[in-house]
Amino acid sequence: MSNFKSIGKDTKKIDALSLATGQPMFVDDVSFPNTLQIKLLYSPHAHAIIEDIDTSEAEKYPGVKMVLTYKNTPHVPHTTAGQGWPEPSPYDTWMFNEKVKFVGDRVAAVAAETEEQAVEALKLIKVKYKVLPAILDPEEAMKDGAPIIHDEPWITGAYDPKKNLAAHIDIRVGDVEKGFKESDVVVEETFETQYAQHTPIEPHVTITYLDEYGRLVIRTSTQVPFHVRRIVAQALQIPVQKIRVIKPRIGGGFGTKQEIILEEICSFVTLKTGRPARILYTREEEFISARTRHPFKVKVKIGAKKDGMLHAISLYALSNTGAYGTHGLTVASNAGSKTLPLYNKAENVEFISDIVYTNMPVAGAYRGYGATQGYAALEQAIDMVAEKLGMDPWELRKKNHIKAGETSPIFRALGEGREGVTQYIQSCALDELLEKGAKEIGWFEKYGRPKRNGSKVRGVGMSMHMQGSGIPLIDMGAATLKMNEDGSFNLLYGGTDIGTGLDTVAAQIVAETLGIKPEQVIVYASDTDLTPFDVGAYASSGTFVSGGAVLKAALKVREQILEVAREKFGEPDSKDYILENGKVISPKSGKSITLSEIAYDTLYVKNQHQIGATGSFVSPYSPPPFAVHFVEIEVDEETGEIKPIKYVAAVDCGVPINPNLVKGQIIGALVNGIGYALTEEYHFTPSGRMTNPNFMDYKIPSTRDLPEIKVILAETYEPTGPYGAKSVAEININGPIPAIGNALHDALGIRLHRSPYTPERVLEAIRKSKEKKLEPVDPE
Amino acid sequence: MKVKYIINGKEEEYEIHPGEVLLDVLRRNGHSEIKGNCYLGTCGACTVLIDGEPHTSCTILAAKVNGKHITTIKGIGDLNNPHPLQKAFVDVGAVQCGFCTPGTILSAYALLKKNPNPTDEDIKKALDGNLCRCTGYVQQVEAVKFAVKLLKEGKDE
Repeated sequence: MSNFKSIGKDTKKIDALSLATGQPMFVDDVSFPNTLQIKLLYSPHAHAIIEDIDTSEAEKYPGVKMVLTYKNTPHVPHTTAGQGWPEPSPYDTWMFNEKVKFVGDRVAAVAAETEEQAVEALKLIKVKYKVLPAILDPEEAMKDGAPIIHDEPWITGAYDPKKNLAAHIDIRVGDVEKGFKESDVVVEETFETQYAQHTPIEPHVTITYLDEYGRLVIRTSTQVPFHVRRIVAQALQIPVQKIRVIKPRIGGGFGTKQEIILEEICSFVTLKTGRPARILYTREEEFISARTRHPFKVKVKIGAKKDGMLHAISLYALSNTGAYGTHGLTVASNAGSKTLPLYNKAENVEFISDIVYTNMPVAGAYRGYGATQGYAALEQAIDMVAEKLGMDPWELRKKNHIKAGETSPIFRALGEGREGVTQYIQSCALDELLEKGAKEIGWFEKYGRPKRNGSKVRGVGMSMHMQGSGIPLIDMGAATLKMNEDGSFNLLYGGTDIGTGLDTVAAQIVAETLGIKPEQVIVYASDTDLTPFDVGAYASSGTFVSGGAVLKAALKVREQILEVAREKFGEPDSKDYILENGKVISPKSGKSITLSEIAYDTLYVKNQHQIGATGSFVSPYSPPPFAVHFVEIEVDEETGEIKPIKYVAAVDCGVPINPNLVKGQIIGALVNGIGYALTEEYHFTPSGRMTNPNFMDYKIPSTRDLPEIKVILAETYEPTGPYGAKSVAEININGPIPAIGNALHDALGIRLHRSPYTPERVLEAIRKSKEKKLEPVDPE
Repeated sequence: MKVKYIINGKEEEYEIHPGEVLLDVLRRNGHSEIKGNCYLGTCGACTVLIDGEPHTSCTILAAKVNGKHITTIKGIGDLNNPHPLQKAFVDVGAVQCGFCTPGTILSAYALLKKNPNPTDEDIKKALDGNLCRCTGYVQQVEAVKFAVKLLKEGKDE
């Protein structure tokens, strides 16, 4: 490890200084002359048919160039989910639908000379709705006789739309019923998670224009430029060849920009008018019309033997996908596939899920991707099993977790919308994480000994997690590397840095492989005309998949460089050359040549060719990173307020290619998770309208909400990843709900079955527990 | 109507509508270094300094600050000569997506002008209005502390 020159170093993020000095790097920092401004009209009803829509007055309004509705836009069923093809999400939407399915579903768009004109013109559109009964509760959606949300004949890919089922999963290993009978203790509990949102500080924004050849250029805030190109081509029925997608710097994504929700509208306007067009969501639009986290209701049942070995686990996940089924199947799959293998000692396991349509906001991909919801239930139930056994939950986890060399049948049984891929764990530091994290929080001194100070009580809680690194045998990334005269290299790759630092990690991988400095790598990414393909930024795939592609390209280039050096040195069979400090060195003969000399020679003088190569990466492996979280909280019995005092995240992400960036990923995810655990929640009217679509009423964490945070990295070497790396982007958002929930139980003996843990819910739980204590004890 | 500002030391004159907020006027006139569009003063990405004080430019009428000194992120340093705060944010790893960074650095800049030796609590209080969804803030606070160090070293030289 110590031999690495670039890997494991805190290389400065290559775009950081430009960002910190305000260079025009984001989609909306560049403007084009004569750009049309687009604004959208949204449905005020949760469920309605558009009986008539009259746009004539709007079309006459000054400055208005176009009004778009379902009447004059293509009727191509597609999904807005930016996933690999064929997509595991149903084709259940048109660009504009005749039937609106949630408050916030788009009804029309106006393109005008100015935003003000577009906003005014929207008010002139007359819509006659036939309001239909709405389903706001996922359990209602499954009842016989419930209104059918997707009754259009053209829907495909949904499990059973007549029953409002977007998808369904049923995976069984062993015999859980028998397993529960054989168990000494059984815990059965239900936990609910809420509607919440990514809230990147840069909202969705798209600018489109025609280039000098009449091709459509889409400059957009996306995590998935190549999927944007494919899905816009599909939705507008134009050839892929006609489209170029450019991803500049992106102001955060967290999953919400894994959706194609503005690009096709903007493109349509540009293609029809020949003019540049722009859509920028307001914060309110972002909340009501972009994507959310799937709210889940998870029934978890766990059986264990007296010795603390888990014997049977059953998870039933009811997922509310909202009005459209984007990411419905795969998010739910991950609630099982990214949680159950962690406890591979249980021989009897089942995972069943119903993913239902409702007339509620559309859920999509969100950091954690179902694992977050699964762990919210599973990791609290694990504590409850420990309690029943009279065992320390730390001990229970230590006995039951998966280890290196082991596998779980779930890996194969449950993939991403199809059968998965068998894998054996090759790197796992869970024991070390358990030890070091417990020490840091003072677990053995504090657990089970809540500390009271007046109305304030302190308690500790923990949780354990795994995730994946990309989707095995599905996610593919590619990279092209070429050499320049000064020994620098252009890296052109499809990897999609949305703020995480992937471009910097890619430069470090090239630098390590070729013996140069990361600053000598000029990274250009995510432009469908200029870079090779990559599925994009999701599923914790950046370092592993895109980075893996970069490594492959760099290894090919390395071999080409060595070939030239062998010829130069007259050592045709030499295999032990060293690349360092921009030179190729032959240790035996002592000969050396700079990469710059090799470049000049091959570009201009002899055996002329471009040293360069393209590498593609796809893997049968998706090595899980692991994490153990510990938290100490203080809860005020009088106000119900929970304050995290100290948070410890102990993480195994393989070799951290850039420890500073890794730390940023870990803390960013867990602070987002703390918001999800304590404050973040959509509120709705009884008719399904969100009532808090702004940062005043939807509270995300700020500096003053921070506990003391301690990150512990246990370094392992993952042989299937580039330079031993695994992923780190998502896993740490999964901890706060269960860890804080468990700490609350440690402090007050109460357990909340629904997040977020607001003061109101805490007080209610305290009140109920006091009532319960007053009840006469059942003589046994 | 016309307004004049001294932006980053340079006088600029703009034509505005009376109802416009400062953010929109500045961005329309090429100051794309100012981010944000919540229009409620809640995210802090549009923070600029007006006569040295941090303000969310999305909630201030452009007409109301006629004649004032306005500092954007470009006014405190550039690629070749970054301010110690900009350098510190880069070195410590406090920039992820970078969308909130200009506003956050300006809030920190205003703090350090008033209080060159801030405590952690002072820093957290000063950055409280600048929402960041990427970093979880820890490295931002560390960066401000590192900038304090850089500023002191600079003075010693």
